[in-house]
Amino acid sequence: MLTIKNLHAEVEGKKILKGINLEINKGEMHAIMGPNGSGKSSLASVLAGRDNYTVTEGEVWFNGKNLLEMSPEDRAREGVFLAFQYPVEIPGVSNINFLKTAVNEVRTYKGLPPLEAKEFLKLTKEKQQLVDFNTNLMNRSLNEGFSGGEKKRNEIFQLAMLNPQLAILDETDSGLDIDALRIVSNGVNKLRDAEKSFVVITHYQRLLEYIVPDFVHVLYNGRIIKTGTKELALELEEKGYDWLKEAEHEKESV
Amino acid sequence: MTSDIMIPFYQALTEDVTALSAPQDSLQDTRREALERFAAAGLPTLKTEAWRFTNIQRFLKEYPYEFSNTPATTTANVADEAAIAGLDSYRIVLVNGHLQASLSNLPEGKGIHIGAMSASTDAPGFSKWFNQQKHLSTESLANLNTALFADGLFIELQANVVIDKPIHLVHVYTSDRHAFVQPRHLWILHKNAAATIIESTVHPKQEAVAFANSVTEVVVLENAELWHYNVQQGAENFRNVNTTAAQQGADSRYHHFSFTLPNTPLTRNNLSVILKGSNTETNLKGLYLATGSQHVDNHTFMDHLQPNCNSNEHYKGVLLDTANAVFTGRIHVHQDAQKTNAFQQNNNMLLGDKANINSQPQLEIYADDVKCSHGFTAGQFDEEAMFYLRARGIGEESAKALLVNAFSHDVTDEIAVPALQDYIQGQIEAIMNN
Repeated sequence: MLTIKNLHAEVEGKKILKGINLEINKGEMHAIMGPNGSGKSSLASVLAGRDNYTVTEGEVWFNGKNLLEMSPEDRAREGVFLAFQYPVEIPGVSNINFLKTAVNEVRTYKGLPPLEAKEFLKLTKEKQQLVDFNTNLMNRSLNEGFSGGEKKRNEIFQLAMLNPQLAILDETDSGLDIDALRIVSNGVNKLRDAEKSFVVITHYQRLLEYIVPDFVHVLYNGRIIKTGTKELALELEEKGYDWLKEAEHEKESV
Repeated sequence: MTSDIMIPFYQALTEDVTALSAPQDSLQDTRREALERFAAAGLPTLKTEAWRFTNIQRFLKEYPYEFSNTPATTTANVADEAAIAGLDSYRIVLVNGHLQASLSNLPEGKGIHIGAMSASTDAPGFSKWFNQQKHLSTESLANLNTALFADGLFIELQANVVIDKPIHLVHVYTSDRHAFVQPRHLWILHKNAAATIIESTVHPKQEAVAFANSVTEVVVLENAELWHYNVQQGAENFRNVNTTAAQQGADSRYHHFSFTLPNTPLTRNNLSVILKGSNTETNLKGLYLATGSQHVDNHTFMDHLQPNCNSNEHYKGVLLDTANAVFTGRIHVHQDAQKTNAFQQNNNMLLGDKANINSQPQLEIYADDVKCSHGFTAGQFDEEAMFYLRARGIGEESAKALLVNAFSHDVTDEIAVPALQDYIQGQIEAIMNN
């Protein structure tokens, strides 16, 4: 579904990604871990098309299409979803109006008619329950004055509404208390199916107790330096990243 | 009154203004005095403080306008162009300021007087309130209007009259030749009266350009309330100088909204409110959305004479292309006007590379126990917000429309007529998607 080949990217002249290779198949759950500043969020941003990143080398293919040539909106319409680490507050745009616009623009792109008001409402009601998203928040301005947990639940709610093929969760667990973490994780787990793939970017192993990954990758200094299964996350929790960093530096110095 | 004065318009205004002799009617003295004031002051220039950023003479010279006082008429189809979907209202159609009764549906009842200005000079409120707002006599073009206006709409609501539905006032501007038209209106709400008036403009497609120099006097007496919306649907063949002069009695509420939409090359809105009683509320809300080389100048004056009054002014502008806007917010708090709250904000989105805003707050405060503030901002689209919307599949144009609507929401949320609110938000969306 997603193939990343030798991806290099920089921001303001600073090299951030230095040759990422990653293959994600249908239905897989991938976790990307790594210390601060290793390039985890940058990878998410490059995949979603944030324009302050410049891709200097490499390719990204999504269902046989060149993702890097698409505008951010077309990537979303093709089925790539980024749950933001810091969801943006937009006063004056109501949550519901935003969602309706997004859902219908994606439908139009796919050649489907816009949802009738009644169908849209039904879908909204159904998906709200997934993350216990308060109906009062629907009519409020997008994320404005939402608590940290409400913002992250809103991201997962949007994910449910837009039903993408590939969801990238950028530190969705950061800043969540244990109850909110459980709600968000349950929402994600209910959305898992054989057609949908996930990339979960996290700093903490804690999240992976709730969302069990098929693969765990360690990103350091702009490269994936180790790939394993869920046991790797436990090992990282126990030993930290230093043993991997040291091994990496030894390799470099050879 | 002579109908069309066949001397070159601009020459008459600048050199031989006495040739525009005042008509023979009951307002003769008032008109003559106004004409003398106009002749003495002349047309504003860029050196006139209130017109520093708007070169009115350039626009007056642009076409060989003729004074046009002949009543024009229009058709139902044209008037219907102003229709606002879902709005349940009375409708009054004015063509170049002349009431066209056949297309109008007026509220009726005891204590309601609505009719042409020319037919209302005997109404009790007319002589008492006509041309009494003092700021009118200091504004050159308002004096010209007083001296030479032909007609307009007179409304007088006696005490306790509440109009049950909004009055939709449709202004049609039409002429075969380039015309300078001067509508003049006077609206009086006596004690406890209440009404909502929505003004719209319609401009049939035609070669000739209409230049309107209109004056509306608004009198909101004790504990009365007026919601006044001025929707300026633009057109290439229109130039608009619009003066609203309001005065408020004790405990009254006046809510004035202006929406200036694209295409009219020149819009100048003069708005002054004098607070003559205490404990009043005044809301002045403006939204201007300008494209091309449009010039939009909002010139406002809140005159606080009495204590315990609240005024809240918020103008927001979205400027595309090479549009140019001017905002002046003058607040005068007199020595007796203690416990005044007077707030003012002017926020702008400069979306065109060469779009420009000149904004000037002018606060003159002579009382010592007041709360007054003013603020100004100019900005662009928030990049983070744009990316967030686009990352959800919303195209760039739709995202911009959403963000402009969001920017406008402090003004549009205050619209108390839902159909009008939908209409304005729809207009913003349509303009941004175009």
